[in-house]
Amino acid sequence: MSEPPVSRGFRGKQRSSDHAARTPPGQHLVNDFPVLSAGPTPRIDLVKWRFALTDGHNKFAEWDWEQFNALPQTKIKTDIHCVTTWSKLDTEWRGVTFDDLLAAAGLDEAPTPFALMHCYGGYTTNVPVEDMLEGKAMVATRFAGEELDPEHGGPARLVVPHLYFWKSAKWIQRIEFTETDTPGFWEELGYHIYGDPWREQRYAGD
Amino acid sequence: MSEKPLPLDGNSAAGLLSELFAVEITGASITCDGCHHAAPIGAARLYGGRMGAVFRCAHCENVVVRLVRTPEGYWLEMKGARSLFVQARGD
Repeated sequence: MSEPPVSRGFRGKQRSSDHAARTPPGQHLVNDFPVLSAGPTPRIDLVKWRFALTDGHNKFAEWDWEQFNALPQTKIKTDIHCVTTWSKLDTEWRGVTFDDLLAAAGLDEAPTPFALMHCYGGYTTNVPVEDMLEGKAMVATRFAGEELDPEHGGPARLVVPHLYFWKSAKWIQRIEFTETDTPGFWEELGYHIYGDPWREQRYAGD
Repeated sequence: MSEKPLPLDGNSAAGLLSELFAVEITGASITCDGCHHAAPIGAARLYGGRMGAVFRCAHCENVVVRLVRTPEGYWLEMKGARSLFVQARGD
């Protein structure tokens, strides 16, 4: 690559200190998008795809693909942090915020303080409701301007970027509201119940 | 590098398994609680990448065993396994 050495060097320095400040402890930056899955990638027919908000007894709302895409769409640019120590900056997602899902379901507020994500393929993960409010989480259908690749969770995945990325459940099917914080697939097997990358909450007890 | 889960099988986690089990475990036969198919654990499909070993039945994809190593120790879950058969040693 031929680049002007002086200006490039100066810009590079600014950028690297900005990047360092955005990289949580124990993480390193990547430019690619590694794939980590607990099972085979489900191939979901969009005609049969459904996404719902439920609790133990009720289905508050359910959307098919067309209805879901008619909900208010929001774009975010955010950094993501995988517990396996990679972080990726400035990722671009588009989807429906959790706030807009609640509103579309006619809920003034979430019915319980916690939620358990249920996914096509059987994966689960738990997130406190408070961590999804005020734009902190969305159900995304597009990444970097493109349809979300099935390997990365398409047709739709949760994105809750301020927690380790295993919380951002791929192939989401249902958000179940729960009274108690119910450990999901990794949380019941030694991973941290909350998973804050800035406090390095990788494992239970961290 | 992407972590591609598909080409791996249970034998790829032989080192991790041997840290926990004193017997040679990859040859042990595990019966899936979902489809009752019995196969060596080494022949299971392996997922989970660097988070942990998720062994799925090669016949029906049901999770038969999960094993996570944390700094504190090992978490083993086998609710998807109906049984585990380990061959007796010849003595």
